[in-house]
Amino acid sequence: MPLIKEGVLVEDLWQSIADEEALIDGPVVVSLERWQSERESLLARNTPLGVRLKSDQSPALIAEDLERLDLVALEFPKFNDGRAYSYARLLRDRYGFKGEVRAVGGVFRDQFLLMQRCGFDAFEVADKAAAEAWEKAISEISVTYQPGADARRPALALRRNRPAA
Amino acid sequence: MSVQILTANRLGDGAVVYRAKAGGWTERLGESLVLATPEDAAPVLAAAETPQASLEIVGPYLMPVDNSGGQIRPVETREFIRAQGPSVQFGNGHEVENTPLSLAG
Amino acid sequence: MYRYDEFDHTLVTERVHQFRDQVERRLSGELTEDQFKPLRLMNGLYLQLHAYMLRVAVPYGTLSSTQMRKLAYIARRYDKGYGHFTTRQNIQFNWPKLEETPDILAELAEVEMHAIQTSGNCIRNTTSDQFAGAAADEIEDPRVYCEIIRQWSTLHPEFTFLPRKFKIAVTGADHDRAAVRVHDIGLQMCRNEAGEVGFEVIVGGGLGRTPVIGQTIREFLPKQHLLSYLEAILRVYNQLGRRDNLYKARIKILVRSEGIENFKRLVEEEWSHIKDSALQLPEDEIARIETYFAPPRYECLDDTVREFEVKRFEDRDFASWVRTNVTAHKEPGYAVATISLKPTGKPPGDASAWQMDAIADLAESYSFSEIRVTHEQNLVLPNVKKADLYALWQSLRDVELATPNAGLLSDMIACPGLDYCNLANARSIPVAQRISERFSDLERQHDIGSLKIKISGCINACGHHHVGHIGLLGVDKKGEEFYQITLGGSADENTAIGKIVGPAFSYDDVVDAVEKIVDTYLNIRSEDEEFSDTFRRVGLTPFKETLYAAH
Ligand code: HEM
Ligand code: SF4
Repeated sequence: MPLIKEGVLVEDLWQSIADEEALIDGPVVVSLERWQSERESLLARNTPLGVRLKSDQSPALIAEDLERLDLVALEFPKFNDGRAYSYARLLRDRYGFKGEVRAVGGVFRDQFLLMQRCGFDAFEVADKAAAEAWEKAISEISVTYQPGADARRPALALRRNRPAA
Repeated sequence: MSVQILTANRLGDGAVVYRAKAGGWTERLGESLVLATPEDAAPVLAAAETPQASLEIVGPYLMPVDNSGGQIRPVETREFIRAQGPSVQFGNGHEVENTPLSLAG
Repeated sequence: MYRYDEFDHTLVTERVHQFRDQVERRLSGELTEDQFKPLRLMNGLYLQLHAYMLRVAVPYGTLSSTQMRKLAYIARRYDKGYGHFTTRQNIQFNWPKLEETPDILAELAEVEMHAIQTSGNCIRNTTSDQFAGAAADEIEDPRVYCEIIRQWSTLHPEFTFLPRKFKIAVTGADHDRAAVRVHDIGLQMCRNEAGEVGFEVIVGGGLGRTPVIGQTIREFLPKQHLLSYLEAILRVYNQLGRRDNLYKARIKILVRSEGIENFKRLVEEEWSHIKDSALQLPEDEIARIETYFAPPRYECLDDTVREFEVKRFEDRDFASWVRTNVTAHKEPGYAVATISLKPTGKPPGDASAWQMDAIADLAESYSFSEIRVTHEQNLVLPNVKKADLYALWQSLRDVELATPNAGLLSDMIACPGLDYCNLANARSIPVAQRISERFSDLERQHDIGSLKIKISGCINACGHHHVGHIGLLGVDKKGEEFYQITLGGSADENTAIGKIVGPAFSYDDVVDAVEKIVDTYLNIRSEDEEFSDTFRRVGLTPFKETLYAAH
């Protein structure tokens, strides 16, 4: 699927490996199950590693390993399965994960802003056209009321910094 | 086995519409295309479920009707109400555009 | 009242543009109905039987005269001249056009209103006590916290695709007029031993298919931690709530399957990480919001108002209205007036544009331009001088809004039912109308006393039938409308779920059945006993006997 990072379509340097597939050279993303069963050999490869979590797999399951990972892919089996929004926040806020947090499962533009606010920084989209809408999608609402995992400052903070009337 | 017609709501204003005998969609139950058998109905429903059709209507489905006596009448209470509007007066009787109809049948 | 500042204005305006764009994309075919539906629902736009329905948020039920006039205008310009006030203190328009909804939303934004999150699996409009700020039995005005919650929950990026809808209610009084125990989260303001004000947090209540009374998860939550605690509950729910079955997706099911103790452990663990984060509420922020809800400039009055007492003595009709529709105010010389939207034989909760305009004017003249929507589908003028009550009542009479039945049998809750709703099994409104006609004799209603009848057209329970003293639930029996009757429910601080009395009654017979229940109660009550007291004493049996006695 096409991949958007920092608002533009980019080439995907990662290979997502299905459980029955053999590993290949270069950066790979494997399922949680594979990670758990082949952890040692995967680490020994010395190439960038990513783990893919299904929507019922919390990042708490890999919290200890995050230092060794460069990417966590969070699956959205349906757009209205919103668990991974919380997972992304946990990855960023709780575990301080600095690698790529990727949304997979055909993201559409009306989700970009929400996902970005929760800490996602890479988006697999069903349709390339979504990239054109990126700017608009993440800027069409400029006010936020709640702290998130992004750099936007919530209204509360802005109000408090406002010079006294 | 009762005969069927195809109904939906119009995309733009949500109004109840029926697949018309003359083609297209109509707000008049009496003008609807009567589908005598499931085999007749299936392609008509399928045509209403295409992306093209979704530019006109929302949520198409088949409903049973009674067309004995040459007049098309709904069978279910729900469809009577969809066809005739709410069975209650609304707006407390002020400035209303429609008049309540009693449920026939 | 809360007033928008530049941030609130910007957000709501941008949201209107965003929705306009979404509607255009749907009309042009860029979005399919499947993609568009969740987007329109996020903005309160349903598709009902005959048309779209737009649900507009009335945050915690507070409206200004200006806002009410705008609602009247929208009803006339974009709808069929009326609106329907709901049990969740919102208003619904039953006939808007899809193409025109962005314009309606733009009109609403002009008066600081919106339809954000009035539907969808997100945090819905926070509801509250309709007498907030005016009630004599209140610890603090709960609307301050409702507003804080409104802002925090608006477009919350993490909680837009929850397993199911999520409803929060806050009350500041001991007598619960906000039904906090049947909400996903209920917040009851309380004091701790040190005398500080905070919240008792109740979780996992709800009606719907499986009615559950909420349980206390925290006896006392200090104010500054309100948002972090809510966020912790929502985060646990978002991750663990069921998504495989629509009917098991509410938080009540999760709390029940985990058990309250375990659920509490999960929440408190999550909370321990975020308690001292940027979610902590600074005191000056609470104070800032509080200034918006500062009491209006009450005059210093005597509580005994001679002209009011005289009128009450002279005019029996006025006295009768005062008896039911006027409630004590915390301020001497003032009163709270309930405007009944339940005239005999009319759809409960409907108001015409003409009536809305009249109410806006009356609020301006007599109640500091403030109006409340109640969860019993009535309106309230919260700050009326006793000396003005007579004039107010006369004006209300002119617009058919002086029905003296607040709290009486004909003050029913009814959902839209099969006359409007796509999910209904049976009609609700005409049943309510027929009951109110059957009991149109007010003397009889006064004799019956406090009796709450609540009607839902299907198991989703929008009409709160589970917590009605008498609850009617529409069911479908081989294509016919039938009504199952429950008895003994209650929505106040003694929350109880009603019990099914027996086989359902047909559309034709259900009003007779209600009358039999009422007559049975009248026969067996002991002096001064209200219906719910009698029911608690005698249970279902006597009612069963009269209802199902061999004919
Ligand atoms: C007319 C269109 C409406 C539709 C399609 C609709 C749909 C639903 C559905 C599906 C539920 C069940 C949700 C669940 O338990 O998970 C529900 C519950 C509820 N609705 Fe509605 N509703 C409508 C109108 C109303 C109105 C007019 C009111 C207020 C008078 C209302 C207030 C409520 C309340 C209070 C609940 C149950 C309380 C709870 O959430 O536990 N709804 N509605
Ligand atoms: S209770 Fe059922 S019939 Fe009534 S409004 Fe809710 S969903 Fe519709």
